[in-house]
Amino acid sequence: MTTAPNPDSEAECIRRILAGEKHLFHQLIRPCERSLYFLLFSLLKNEADAEDAAQETVIKVYRNLHLFRGDSQFRTWVLSIARNEGLGRLRKAETRREDSLDALTDSESGDFTPAILTSWREVPLEALERNELGALLRSAIEGLPAIYRNVVLLRDIEEMDVRETAAALGISEGAVKVRLHRARALLQRDLAPKLKGFAPKRGRLFGWAK
Amino acid sequence: MRIDCQHVWEYISAYIDGEVPAQLRAEIDQHLETCEICSAVLDSTRNVVLLIGDDRVFELPAGFGDRLHERLEKELALTEN
Repeated sequence: MTTAPNPDSEAECIRRILAGEKHLFHQLIRPCERSLYFLLFSLLKNEADAEDAAQETVIKVYRNLHLFRGDSQFRTWVLSIARNEGLGRLRKAETRREDSLDALTDSESGDFTPAILTSWREVPLEALERNELGALLRSAIEGLPAIYRNVVLLRDIEEMDVRETAAALGISEGAVKVRLHRARALLQRDLAPKLKGFAPKRGRLFGWAK
Repeated sequence: MRIDCQHVWEYISAYIDGEVPAQLRAEIDQHLETCEICSAVLDSTRNVVLLIGDDRVFELPAGFGDRLHERLEKELALTEN
């Protein structure tokens, strides 16, 4: 067992794993785990399947590590393997859900008109302590068509940039932007009317107790 | 030329990400100053984006990492020589 210090870059880590320090793979994959899981969850819509596919993906990444060229970020490469794993499973299951493989295009012309509000009070992040709010947000995202759900998960939840999202999903940067715009519009329309109940009550300007 | 609400909505997402060219941004800002509806649409969209991005909304299943690394450990042991 080696006692060499921890590698200080991803590239060095990969080089050392390939040279035989296999245990370093645990460290290499850790920063990718969350994105990997949520990308698969967005495709498979089921926790158990997403977890199983995530494990399978990580094993594939390990076995194929020598094929990583370093011309994209490591995480992007991992996510494209995850995406193939997820799509492969969808194909196998031949789920005929309306939003599965058949609907993975941008051709449809949906209605992306926002919910019209005349006043809006911001819902503070503290409101997330209330479980119903988290559940409401999750179900809104899970209710999005798959092509929008993928993009919103990677961009707004995993905070990946446009370029990395495009590479991971195998689509153009323009498509990422269009889909993100539509996803946010659909979420606003669905959520804004429901979020009212989570907004703080209007301040009691004169200190009057109600 | 003044831009209309429909036009503003098309750029809401890019506006939030700071990707709107300066000239257009100025026109949108001008519109927002007087349009209560578009201001509310912008603020609510921004709030939704902020809320869904919070780590508490999407959490990994409990024990996910442990199970993953256990499985990985078995794989590493298999290829040990």
